[in-house]
Amino acid sequence: MSVSDLWWLPENVDWSDEVRSLGGAAGWDRFVSLANCRMDFLRTERLDKLARKNFGDHPPTGLTLPIVRLAVLSSSMVSHLIPAIRVALMRRGMWAEIYTNPFGQYLQDLMDPASALHAFKPNAILFAFDARHALGKANASRDAAASDRTVEDSADHCTHVWNMARQAFACPIIQQTILPLFPALLGSNEHRLPGSPQAMTQRINQRIRQRADEAGVDILAIDARAMEDGLGNWHDPVLWHRAKIEIAPPMAPLYGDLVARIVAAQRGRSYKCLVLDLDNTLWGGVIGDDGIEGIVLGQGSSEGEAFIGFQDYAQRLSERGIILAVCSKNDETIALTPFARHPDMVLKRSSFAAFVANWSDKATNLRAIAAQINIGLDALVFADDNPFERNLVRRELPMVAVPELPEDAAFYAKCIADGGYFESVRMTAEDFSRAGQYQANAEREFARQATADLPAYLKSLEMEMRVTSFDSLGQARITQLINKTNQFNLTTRRYAERDVEAAMADKDTVTFQIRLTDKYGDNGMIAVVIAKPSSRPGELMIDTWLMSCRVLGRQVEHATLNLLVEEASKRGYRAVVGEFRPTEKNGLVRDHYAKLGFEEDGANDAGGSFWRLPVETYIPVHTHIKIGEN
Amino acid sequence: MTDLEIMDGITEVVREALDDDTIILTPSSVAGDFAGWDSFKHIAIVVATEMRFGVKFRTAEIESLKEIGDFVALIRKKKGA
Repeated sequence: MSVSDLWWLPENVDWSDEVRSLGGAAGWDRFVSLANCRMDFLRTERLDKLARKNFGDHPPTGLTLPIVRLAVLSSSMVSHLIPAIRVALMRRGMWAEIYTNPFGQYLQDLMDPASALHAFKPNAILFAFDARHALGKANASRDAAASDRTVEDSADHCTHVWNMARQAFACPIIQQTILPLFPALLGSNEHRLPGSPQAMTQRINQRIRQRADEAGVDILAIDARAMEDGLGNWHDPVLWHRAKIEIAPPMAPLYGDLVARIVAAQRGRSYKCLVLDLDNTLWGGVIGDDGIEGIVLGQGSSEGEAFIGFQDYAQRLSERGIILAVCSKNDETIALTPFARHPDMVLKRSSFAAFVANWSDKATNLRAIAAQINIGLDALVFADDNPFERNLVRRELPMVAVPELPEDAAFYAKCIADGGYFESVRMTAEDFSRAGQYQANAEREFARQATADLPAYLKSLEMEMRVTSFDSLGQARITQLINKTNQFNLTTRRYAERDVEAAMADKDTVTFQIRLTDKYGDNGMIAVVIAKPSSRPGELMIDTWLMSCRVLGRQVEHATLNLLVEEASKRGYRAVVGEFRPTEKNGLVRDHYAKLGFEEDGANDAGGSFWRLPVETYIPVHTHIKIGEN
Repeated sequence: MTDLEIMDGITEVVREALDDDTIILTPSSVAGDFAGWDSFKHIAIVVATEMRFGVKFRTAEIESLKEIGDFVALIRKKKGA
């Protein structure tokens, strides 16, 4: 994961084509949507250039947020960073005009009321001083008093320019910290050499922070970022010597985003609520299938510890005022069990202002969560390990931020943090108590809303299903699914590997192993069906039908039924018969056969029922799944 | 890596950097042949080329890059080493 290309944003595989199509009439929304994709610095510059070409000096129509007029006042070369700042503000729906001073002359610009800076009338100012400028003529042999004076002089200079800027423009000010680019002279104990440029940089940054707190100026902490990402990524001495470029061009996308976060935070445009999925997001595995003993959480396994780490991070966000919510495809009672009973859970039911676990699509549920907490959808960040859910939400609710969680839970927290969604510039007492406020009214009845209109999304997924009879290649996975699947499982019959082999060998048994791919990748084997001749002639009895909940809501069951009826017809059956055997965990499929058009056909010995579907009159259901060739 | 592959890689970088997908480079192409390839853009192109091929040019080497052919030769040398 490369931090310089905004790794928490989704990759856009069609980037080049989409950029090429951004001709004259392309609307602002398309630019905003492209700005929310992963990009390196060249792509960033290109997107910016196209936006300037498209809209020129006239901001696009339909903007909902005020135009940002940012003056970047700097002591070295920053032109290569400006497009990235504009694109990062575009990412947040903001149009920006940016002013930069003639090389090195920010002070003249500030002092002269007739300057271009004054004519520009900024409503936000960023001071960006390079390290050599901030330190002046550093001299390693300087004594403590002299180097103290240098540090104070540097801080005084900041205070001075802030005052000038504030008097002239009365707008929010951002001060960039000094990039710690000087090599060590002593080593680990550098702080003992008062005149060391490296040690002084650190002290100046401390003083700038103190002064900024006193003056109500906000800090752009590139020194902290250099520590996080490595100075070598941030600074390339070759480029400094060549063109007085202090921040390496590849870091421009991140730099721009850091600036835009603060500008947005100053305008109250940060996200407020982290909405979390449960299975494979807060713990490893699927609670409905694996049960409380089976999920991976804590217990000394490294994966389990990683999930704890992510829960810790969410807990700390909550403590500092970020609202937490749950949005999970689950039975609510099952979803709640780890919170009540798992000893390693960090988050509790009471950590969440809204807890939505049901089988509706997540876009609908996110709308309900926003309504329940009474905040805008544009204040939600949605963290889910499942690419299907992430892309569905991005498509249905573009205003919700959806970080591209990496596959390894160990990096979930870094993904959310690097995304900077919750950037804040002030902490108030209210922030600290907010979590509690929202929890107080958490237990409200949750109103189901109309299901979002999904066909277009399903179509865009380019799903392809491949169905084959059981074979030795799939045998192990088939057995695993049969013994593990609890929720979408009509009969919950468990079979050993030799039973699977027997079914494979029996010509009269219909067996399906079903795989699903889509444009985002291969979901692997996701469903299993076993059907046998019934004791009643002419009927094919579905002995086992199970499916992974990951592919719920994608019409897989409809496509499966189409194929099953086709197979039954080929074999000369008049009807297909299904059975529902209720367990504690399969309430999800109680109405499965009714929904598919089966007629109830008597009770069984398990408190459930049989269901019958005539083959001859069956009309195949239209789905957006292509059936692949074998 | 053949010279042709290197040339293709550089072409992609230059097209992205100059926002022009019709650009065709030859070994004797120079920056002045293309609109927008100023000294500032040149830096972006050099840095992006380094990243693309996973190489790092020395300060002195960058000074010596005049024609596209020089880029190709330098990258070939670095990748071969």
